[in-house]
Amino acid sequence: MAHAAQVGLQDATSPIMEELITFHDHALMIIFLICFLVLYALFLTLTTKLTNTNISDAQEMETVWTILPAIILVLIALPSLRILYMTDEVNDPSLTIKSIGHQWYWTYEYTDYGGLIFNSYMLPPLFLEPGDLRLLDVDNRVVLPIEAPIRMMITSQDVLHSWTVPTLGLKTDAIPGRLNQTTFTATRPGVYYGQCSEICGANHSFMPIVLELIPLKIFEMGPVFTL
Amino acid sequence: MLDVEAQEPPKGKWSTPPFDPRFPSQNQIRNCYQNFLDYHRCLKTRTRRGKSTQPCEYYFRVYHSLCPISWVESWNEQIKNGIFAGKI
Repeated sequence: MAHAAQVGLQDATSPIMEELITFHDHALMIIFLICFLVLYALFLTLTTKLTNTNISDAQEMETVWTILPAIILVLIALPSLRILYMTDEVNDPSLTIKSIGHQWYWTYEYTDYGGLIFNSYMLPPLFLEPGDLRLLDVDNRVVLPIEAPIRMMITSQDVLHSWTVPTLGLKTDAIPGRLNQTTFTATRPGVYYGQCSEICGANHSFMPIVLELIPLKIFEMGPVFTL
Repeated sequence: MLDVEAQEPPKGKWSTPPFDPRFPSQNQIRNCYQNFLDYHRCLKTRTRRGKSTQPCEYYFRVYHSLCPISWVESWNEQIKNGIFAGKI
């Protein structure tokens, strides 16, 4: 989860998110360089005593400052597209979980083996135990194994919602009448939080998502979920 | 017809529906619906021919894994009432 006053991205828990963080750093560095250059040029323009009332001609400079931005844009686009295609790769999932958005809670269905269906409501402030996170913790977490490709099927029963887990680099809209698929592989165990990311009414901010990622051996031991 | 034991995956073999190249895009609703239709069509055809419906259980497992259960229940209700829109 994010710590207080966090500005940057959360640590990655999936290979795609690791790529996204690297790409973010790359794009941000380019942005900083351009901004610094422009601010410096502006500063020089504002603080110079030199004047020039003639029309001047600078074909060579104009060529350079057309070609160079085009090259910079290509340098940004190539890694971006690489990651985009990486997210679309065909992988063989080990598990399929369905996530259905309602106003204002999530329903999770584990139906590969039998049928485990449960709702996940945010813990109301009065029900928080010491150490629980306000507005983030839920009564029933989504328990999943690590190091296994997992397919999430996301839809909604009423209005638009969006199922998000920033640390996995996931954000998928829950659209009524549509069954959106997203896959991920978690690399380390832990408890990871996300919040509904599409405005859906009064309690839009109060329907979080909590993933509990555990080693496969423990996951295979069977439903030890507390319901 | 709906033999619960037959519907259970073979021990140690079934994990989850594999990638279906007929439905490569993000919206898998067609995948879910097609398998639902295929299951009922398979049941209807094989029952009509007097054969075992065991092979149809593959489609059952796929749609059971992919489709939200509320959709499946409402479709089953529609089939029972004869108002299901799909061609079975």
